[in-house]
Amino acid sequence: MQPTISGTVLLAFIAYSTWAAFANSDYFARPYISPFYSPCLASICGSARAGSQHVSAPHVGIFGPWWAISPAILVLIFPLGFRLTCYYYRRAYYRAFWQSPPACAVGEPHKRYSGETRFPLILQNFHRYFFYFGLIFNAILTYDAVVSFRSTTDKWGHMGLGTVVLVVNAALLWLYSLSCHSCRHIVGGRLKHFSRHPIRFKFWGVVTKLNSRHMQLAWASLIFVALTDLYVRLVASGTITDPRFF
Amino acid sequence: MTYDLKLRVWRGDASGGALRDYTVPVDDGEVVLDAVHHLQAREAGDMAVRWNCKAGKCGSCSAEINGRPRLMCLARLSTFERDEPITITPLRTFPVVKDLVTDVGFNYRKAAEVPAFSPSAAQPQAPFKMAQIDVERSQEFRKCIECFLCQDTCHVIRDHEDNKAAFSGPRFFIRYAELEMHPNDDGDRRQLVQQERGLGLCNITKCCSEVCPEHIKITDNGIIPMKERVADVRYDPVRFFRRRQGNPS
Amino acid sequence: MTDHEHHAYDVVVIGAGGAGLRAAIAAHEAGARTAVICKSLLGKAHTVMAEGGIAAAMGNLYSEDNWKVHFRDTMRGGKLLNHWRMAEIHAQEAPERVWELEQWGALFDRTAEGLISQRDFGGHRYARLAHVGDRTGLEMIRTLQQRTVSLGIDVFMECTVTDLLKDGDRIAGAFGYWRESGRFVVFEAPAVILATGGIGKSWQVTSNSWEYTGDGHALALRAGATLVNMEFVQFHPTGMVWPPSVRGILVTESVRGDGGVLRNSEGKRFMFDYIPEFFKAETADTEAEADRWYEDKRNNRRPPELLPRDEVARAINSEIKAGRGSPHGGVFLDIASRRSAEYIQKRLPSMYHQFMELAEVDITADPMEVGPTCHYVMGGVEVDPDTGSSLVEGLFAAGEVAGGMHGSNRLGGNSLGDLLVFGKRAGEHAAALAAGSAGAGSAGAGSAGAGSAGTAPKPQEEDLAAAGRRALAPFETEGGENPYSLHQTLQATMQDLVGIIRTEAEMQKALDTIGELAQRIEHLSVEGHRQYNPGWHLAIDLRNMLLVSEAVARAALERKESRGGHTRDDYPTTDDWWAKRNVIVALEGGAVTIRQQPLPVMPPELAKLLEVSQ
Repeated sequence: MQPTISGTVLLAFIAYSTWAAFANSDYFARPYISPFYSPCLASICGSARAGSQHVSAPHVGIFGPWWAISPAILVLIFPLGFRLTCYYYRRAYYRAFWQSPPACAVGEPHKRYSGETRFPLILQNFHRYFFYFGLIFNAILTYDAVVSFRSTTDKWGHMGLGTVVLVVNAALLWLYSLSCHSCRHIVGGRLKHFSRHPIRFKFWGVVTKLNSRHMQLAWASLIFVALTDLYVRLVASGTITDPRFF
Repeated sequence: MTYDLKLRVWRGDASGGALRDYTVPVDDGEVVLDAVHHLQAREAGDMAVRWNCKAGKCGSCSAEINGRPRLMCLARLSTFERDEPITITPLRTFPVVKDLVTDVGFNYRKAAEVPAFSPSAAQPQAPFKMAQIDVERSQEFRKCIECFLCQDTCHVIRDHEDNKAAFSGPRFFIRYAELEMHPNDDGDRRQLVQQERGLGLCNITKCCSEVCPEHIKITDNGIIPMKERVADVRYDPVRFFRRRQGNPS
Repeated sequence: MTDHEHHAYDVVVIGAGGAGLRAAIAAHEAGARTAVICKSLLGKAHTVMAEGGIAAAMGNLYSEDNWKVHFRDTMRGGKLLNHWRMAEIHAQEAPERVWELEQWGALFDRTAEGLISQRDFGGHRYARLAHVGDRTGLEMIRTLQQRTVSLGIDVFMECTVTDLLKDGDRIAGAFGYWRESGRFVVFEAPAVILATGGIGKSWQVTSNSWEYTGDGHALALRAGATLVNMEFVQFHPTGMVWPPSVRGILVTESVRGDGGVLRNSEGKRFMFDYIPEFFKAETADTEAEADRWYEDKRNNRRPPELLPRDEVARAINSEIKAGRGSPHGGVFLDIASRRSAEYIQKRLPSMYHQFMELAEVDITADPMEVGPTCHYVMGGVEVDPDTGSSLVEGLFAAGEVAGGMHGSNRLGGNSLGDLLVFGKRAGEHAAALAAGSAGAGSAGAGSAGAGSAGTAPKPQEEDLAAAGRRALAPFETEGGENPYSLHQTLQATMQDLVGIIRTEAEMQKALDTIGELAQRIEHLSVEGHRQYNPGWHLAIDLRNMLLVSEAVARAALERKESRGGHTRDDYPTTDDWWAKRNVIVALEGGAVTIRQQPLPVMPPELAKLLEVSQ
């Protein structure tokens, strides 16, 4: 992808997600919760604004009522950190924002260059920990997708467009996480002898295949997570009604 | 079919030089290196250029064609506009010797720094038993024909002469990766490659993978796995703690 | 001594391909101070072009295989003209040399048991070639290069040797120039190993690179050594024919070893029409049997596509001449219709890549167009089989530049083994000789000298001056001829008149032209200055090409029969009298001379191995 295009898309995402994260409203419309606000760690979610009403969004009250601003701030650091230290996004934003380099074989405008050898960029080496946290989030968002098969009255057997959106979102996030370079290393890449670990070798093979699509999955999951938030937001604010399949 | 091709070739030496315009008759199906040879035979007998196999196997005829680092023997004329001139310049990252020939000694110095393959204690003497799936990763890196295009395009040294001392470059990162992944090598070069060979300078912007004529996945299969292996030994708090406990993993 | 840059070593190796590097490693390990000189950058030698593999009877796939079978295959492939002792040593020592590469880090393809995998090749009874996909030469050169570098052996890159230096009858060193600066450099050494490869650049359609100008052959002749078997030039049956820029570039024999077949424009698998009497007993005569062989080698005979290279090249040549060729003057090599795309990409990755990138042909979908290309010279410096020593004291040769090992035709896969086996031997014996002669550079090398301790040979001042004058002559001439056009004339002459099929009249004509070119070469002029000047370099190399071309033509004229890589229209069959004779080339008083020499006599126990045992 061209640095200018990837830069533009990234900026658009940052703008939207910052706004959405601080909005502190319209993130829950039973049974759908926005991925930006899940899990909710603050008790204010118990009375979340949705359109002109207040609804009780699922939450654990680790942060009591004293936490008055958007609860999204509490959790977004993890997916943000995962993407920020991701080997693919690093390439994209180093090229697009840092111009380091602006393009291959094109001179870069910096006098000195120390790569990822110093603070803060040396922290890129912690990518794998964000990957681990990312897995926890994937599990929670998968749970959110599963419970979206319950109706507004908590009865199983519901499916609306929102359900599909949440399921696709969770699937894309799994694919993005599993295609991660750190995952590839952890699953089997670090081994010296594949032949002695046939099962891990198989996993490594699958992850390697996914890994070759890491860039596409990075973009798809990024854009879709924003769209998911947008969809929940539109339903919660009453702008649209969730089409129900059964 | 023969037609006249316009070439702009950088002519000069360490003291300076300039692009010079030429017109040479070429044939359909020829490559840029053919055009350069025609030029040598007809009007520039002393024009310096390196080449050997003319089949993309030796990695000698590296140059920058219209600003892109490429092998001249793999640049088919049919992929260029016929009436546009083709510009050929020497590799920018290395000092010019003359015309299209540069001093690539940097790469040979970096090669000499690589600790050699060291057979494992378990199988110290060939013939070794090694499974095909265990040798395949390293085999990919051994496809390298040492054209040094990856070294040339890498912005870490292309734009920053001062990094040359501390940076081995993509070609040698895959050499280290090859040894690390060799199923019968016992050496551990992870600290070395991070602390003294400049792996941390790489910001994985992948230009090296883009120019590789052998299509080696230098970044995805070589450099990133090396960075992860380095993280195992340097940036893993759990392991760090266990080492402190005198309990090496 | 002159003010030239000056180095002193025990052993100087000229050439950094497989043989040169292996020789340097051996000499270094034997304690000699060793230098390698090469015309290109280190690691670019022609060895990288070798694709198929290293023939070595390791028996990893067929336990029946052993050195005796390999010896027999080699001798029969060379139509029994090989030096029996070289073929014996080679067959015996090749497996050790392959394992040694593995010891130094080479990664060959593996069998299911984890051993080195071996592949089929023309003329080899069993699957025998250790390989890495189809880039075995690259693996070999890289392994040797990395070993050389890690041992700290001095390498003089982009440095061309123009003359060997002597002290009386002994080698005293070498004289050359740096290509980069054009400045002269003198190497003083009691032992010099030639490992300069072949001579193919004298032909038009060749798989060889610019370096293959016969330097070692010419240096040896001028130093007083002899050449053997120079009439035998191998035309590899399958070179690319289209597009023009890649004409001659090799298409590995592995394509046929892995199932590819040759077809003419009528779609006929024509090789069945060209099975010679000599190989009838071991070659399949039906397509069905040939196809079964790939799966079951014990109960079927080999497909005729895997006859030795000379046979296949002649057959292709005949088909093209008979008007049954492909659109661009070759024949079709088809693996697409016989093997899955996945198999082809796995087994022949660089062929796939080569055709895709250079010819826009997808070999998993379409057949390739191929034709013969000048590939290898069987002839070379006449050497002692055990030591690699030429007739001149202190001068050794190994690899393609040495003669005798391959007889009249080399089997595919026997070249890489040859480089390793005889490279090592030459290195060891050169080191021993240097130790014995208290060489100029030996600085107390510590090796208790074998042989006669004596004074070190010294290069002669007047020889250095003469060598310098000769090298610079092209700069002295104003308005002389262009070396590039002279080279083209030579190539056309050798291609047309001393090619695959030869006649007396044509070779006479070639000799006339060569004689004329030898006059014209005295009046070459080059533009520019001495710094990295390819025109000047070519002018110097041309002398070697002319001398070697003359040696080939004269030897070919002398041998009045057809055998292996030497086919004469006027003497189309093998001849029993010639079966027992080598043609020896020497340079006497500046003139190329020819004499016949009886073959060395093979011990009866080896001769017994040659009887066909199916």
